[in-house]
Amino acid sequence: MTQAFRLENGGLINRDKKLSFKFNGKTYYGYEGDTLASALIANGVHLVGRSFKYHRPRGFFGAGVDEPYAIVQLYRNNETEPNVKATEQELFEGLEAKSVNCWPSVNFDIGAINNFLKIFLPAGFYYKTFMWPKSFWYRVYEPFIRKAAGLGVASTKHDKERYEHKYEYFDLLIVGSGPSGLASAYAAAKNGARVILAEDKPRFGGSLLTSDVNIGNQSGEDWANSIIAELKEMPNVVVKNRSQVFGYYDHNMLVMSEKVSDHLPKTKKYHPKQRLWYIRAKEVLISSGSIERPLVFGNNDTPGVMLSSAAKEYLKVYGVLVGKNPLVFTNNDSGYETAIEFKKNGINPIILDSRVNPQSEIINEAINLGINIKFSYVVVAAQGYKKVNSADIAKISDNKKQLGTVENIKCDCICVSGFWTPTIHLASQSGNKTKFKEEIDAFVPGTSKQNETTLGAANGIFTLEETLKDSFTAGQDLSKKITNNDNKISFPNVVEKKSSQHDKFWCVPLPEGKNYKRFLDFQNDVSVSDIEIALKEGYRSIEHVKRYTTLGMATDQGKTSNLNGLQLVSDIENKVVPAVGHTTFRPPYTPISIGAIVGREVGKHSKPTRKSPMHSWHEKNNAVFVDAGVWLRPRYYKQGNETLFEASKREGKNVRTNVGVCDVTTLGKIDIKGPDAAELLNRVYTNAWLKLPVGKARYGVMLREDGIVMDDGTTTRISENHYHMTTTTAQAANVLSHLEYYLQLVWPELNVNVVSTTEQWAGAAIAGPKSRKLLEKLFPNNDVSNEGLPFMGYMESDLFGVKARIFRISFSGELAYEVNVESDNGNFMWEKIIKLGQEFQVQPYGTEALSTLRIEMGHVAGSELDGRTIPYDTSLDGLVSKKKDFIGKRSLNREAFTSEDRQKIVGVVPLDKKTSIPEGSHLVKDAKAPLPNKKLGHISASCWSVEHDNPFSLAILKDGKNMIGEKLFVMSPLKNKVIPVEIVSSHYVDPKGERVRS
Amino acid sequence: MLHIKCPYCGMRSQNEFSYGGDASVKRPELNKEISDQEWDSFVYNRKSLRGKHLELWQHLSGCRQWIKVERDTATHEIFNTHKADEEIS
Repeated sequence: MTQAFRLENGGLINRDKKLSFKFNGKTYYGYEGDTLASALIANGVHLVGRSFKYHRPRGFFGAGVDEPYAIVQLYRNNETEPNVKATEQELFEGLEAKSVNCWPSVNFDIGAINNFLKIFLPAGFYYKTFMWPKSFWYRVYEPFIRKAAGLGVASTKHDKERYEHKYEYFDLLIVGSGPSGLASAYAAAKNGARVILAEDKPRFGGSLLTSDVNIGNQSGEDWANSIIAELKEMPNVVVKNRSQVFGYYDHNMLVMSEKVSDHLPKTKKYHPKQRLWYIRAKEVLISSGSIERPLVFGNNDTPGVMLSSAAKEYLKVYGVLVGKNPLVFTNNDSGYETAIEFKKNGINPIILDSRVNPQSEIINEAINLGINIKFSYVVVAAQGYKKVNSADIAKISDNKKQLGTVENIKCDCICVSGFWTPTIHLASQSGNKTKFKEEIDAFVPGTSKQNETTLGAANGIFTLEETLKDSFTAGQDLSKKITNNDNKISFPNVVEKKSSQHDKFWCVPLPEGKNYKRFLDFQNDVSVSDIEIALKEGYRSIEHVKRYTTLGMATDQGKTSNLNGLQLVSDIENKVVPAVGHTTFRPPYTPISIGAIVGREVGKHSKPTRKSPMHSWHEKNNAVFVDAGVWLRPRYYKQGNETLFEASKREGKNVRTNVGVCDVTTLGKIDIKGPDAAELLNRVYTNAWLKLPVGKARYGVMLREDGIVMDDGTTTRISENHYHMTTTTAQAANVLSHLEYYLQLVWPELNVNVVSTTEQWAGAAIAGPKSRKLLEKLFPNNDVSNEGLPFMGYMESDLFGVKARIFRISFSGELAYEVNVESDNGNFMWEKIIKLGQEFQVQPYGTEALSTLRIEMGHVAGSELDGRTIPYDTSLDGLVSKKKDFIGKRSLNREAFTSEDRQKIVGVVPLDKKTSIPEGSHLVKDAKAPLPNKKLGHISASCWSVEHDNPFSLAILKDGKNMIGEKLFVMSPLKNKVIPVEIVSSHYVDPKGERVRS
Repeated sequence: MLHIKCPYCGMRSQNEFSYGGDASVKRPELNKEISDQEWDSFVYNRKSLRGKHLELWQHLSGCRQWIKVERDTATHEIFNTHKADEEIS
């Protein structure tokens, strides 16, 4: 394949390095430095896709971020990425891309039938048509629309690429490396400010790369290169290309996506594919330039119709001709620059200028070059289906209402220029109140809210000299405020051609008897007639018109269409544009990959993993782990081919008959010290704490102010003014914040300090009838008899030379102890317990057995204390003091909390004593009642009772107090189960609590 | 992301803090007889202000102090930050 549209010379590409690539299965060649778009155009490929609604042929419209058409499915290193803009994707060896939104192929697309049905697809078509009958939406309409419309296909494979996040502070962030970005960065850097300059394209320089100007006796491009080279050498400057600043958030924080490896065939080892920068800058300079506006005429979406600035960029940067017989249609001087560039390369363009008799330096140059210019002429319609082959043109009257005789002229591309739209997205996102600037028919930033300054074309300044002056000054002044340096920079001499006023005309009227589609939004196929319909139907607010017609709602977010849409609405409504207003600019400015947003926080890195000091022992002993919040806890210890059910049953049974040991390190622990510690506990817990003796533990329940149970646990008085509080694993952090809140804000007079000691202590629960015997072996020098260490007793001891705390507390309901040692000794303690426990048949037990044991005992845990229950509901009302006040007490006498048939915890046993009851199931009176079947309660926790060897569940049941003995049904539509059950006491084992005291 | 000046630690990113609601709410004193209405108002009723708001934040991943922040809920501008026990004029 020859590159028939590549010039012999010129461009910034590396002609020494030829690259091969595939598009829709066919192999082509390009050069290093090409984009996929420039390489395809060089090969004469102009048909790259199909439009969203009508499936009309789509080519290239721009040369960068504003591209509405050339969206491809990219294949790189065995991965695929949807919706990549061909105009942004740099070419690499072996690149493969395919068209999207066309079936069966881009050349023959069945969906294009919509094009002939377009009378049926006007604005709001989906809203109007697919509403009835309702059931058709899911079955018929939606699947069909999804197949016919839509963009690329996301990969379903795990993304193996690495994405990184980076947080940085800078004095100045400068967005865009065109003339204003370079000048302001240079001035600020010279003043010693820490500067980051971000450019979304691979090459720095912005418009300087394509404009015919001279700065300080150098070409614009050379000047840009010398400034960049100098900036790169400065230690206080970071210069980043391929980096799109896409969002401006609160307090001057901006987010930038750096495409580190997308331009390479493969990401280098240890390199990220993309990097997301969170940048907090003292000052932000927005020099994001402007985007050329299209002119609107019949069939203006035909491949070959493109922005004149894009045609110029393909010529000057890539040495590529978008056509060999170009027509330039313009309402301002920019089109002339493109035409002159064609002419210089031996191509003869024709210029149609809608203006009557414009005069300027650049027009004179075009005339002198002998370019054919037709004033007061417009393109009425592009002709050709898959590529422009001619244009219908006509003279237009001075009032722009009447067209003269339509004539057809041959051409292979139409380069359009409808003047320029400043890129004000970031300024607007920052909260800037934009204003409409009449001279340029566009919005520019107005009053700043944050520390942001917009410069150059983005600010509606289109002359180089003024841009550079403003930018040098801004860079200098803003950096001076920060660094107090004041290095004066000599202002370079600028040579540029003066332009004349643009024409306010932008939309060509339809010729008599023709009904051409005139497109405003090229990606979503929104045409002039769609907007007219929306307005006719009464849509007024621009936000509503946008949503009804989908104008500007495609992936390009209306970069080329929004302003023309606004102008049309204001023309029809006979309002001025500022009265219509613009739609809200929201981040991101360009689509950002999900991978970049997620960064490294994927899979097991999505949250920290906490492990107990005994973790490696568990691992070595076949523990199967489960996530408990951020902790990894043994769920069960697998022996042979045991299932979870079998193992947990064995472990639970062993606790009930012999002795078991469970790692309880994860329990939250809070050290409380100070003369007012008892008073704090007394206010925080529902029961009385002032008289707890030293060396004793007490179970406590704490409420939120609304009366709902927040957490429970035991607290032990270690010494006079020192307490050790335990919390549930899940609530540990919240309880600490809760205590800090009351100590710092509500009762600062209390002299108490609290600190988390969760990670300082390793804990082992030793439970079972033989636990005392094991304890005697572990602590031979202590009296651990029922008298020496009674239930809820506490003692400090020494475990073979290691400091230990022994608490006689029980979650399993058996005679049990909890031993704590300093974390570093956790493994030592554990191994001692296992070794000395051999003769008592000690076995470790995991969370599954732990749950079973507490459920059949009727001990409540997180599934009952679920943020919806009060002490009464969980049978903890005995712990609620009548005498003293505490957090949340005043709420407990609310009407609903004191009602006679208030919900209460109960036990649930299936009548067949066989069927396991799914957690979360509902309890109902009548299994056959019509839906919605009245819910009486729900199953909060289920287990297989090791004591009774049948299923047992806890439930929170309405009027639970009076329901014992009732027969109800458990229903789980999710599991498709209906189980007849009997309601029993929640204390299914040892209801008198004798074992713990034995 | 907000940038909040902790009176103890200096300027920090919002992700180090957790939000704690309206700082002007005063908890009724313990053991004090109050009406249901007063209590409900303390527990549940909050003004959802548009504009300047005095709110609590805890510097959770920092010094763990609860601080008071004067912030505009509409513009997110932070005017001032105070220690918990500081009198705000």
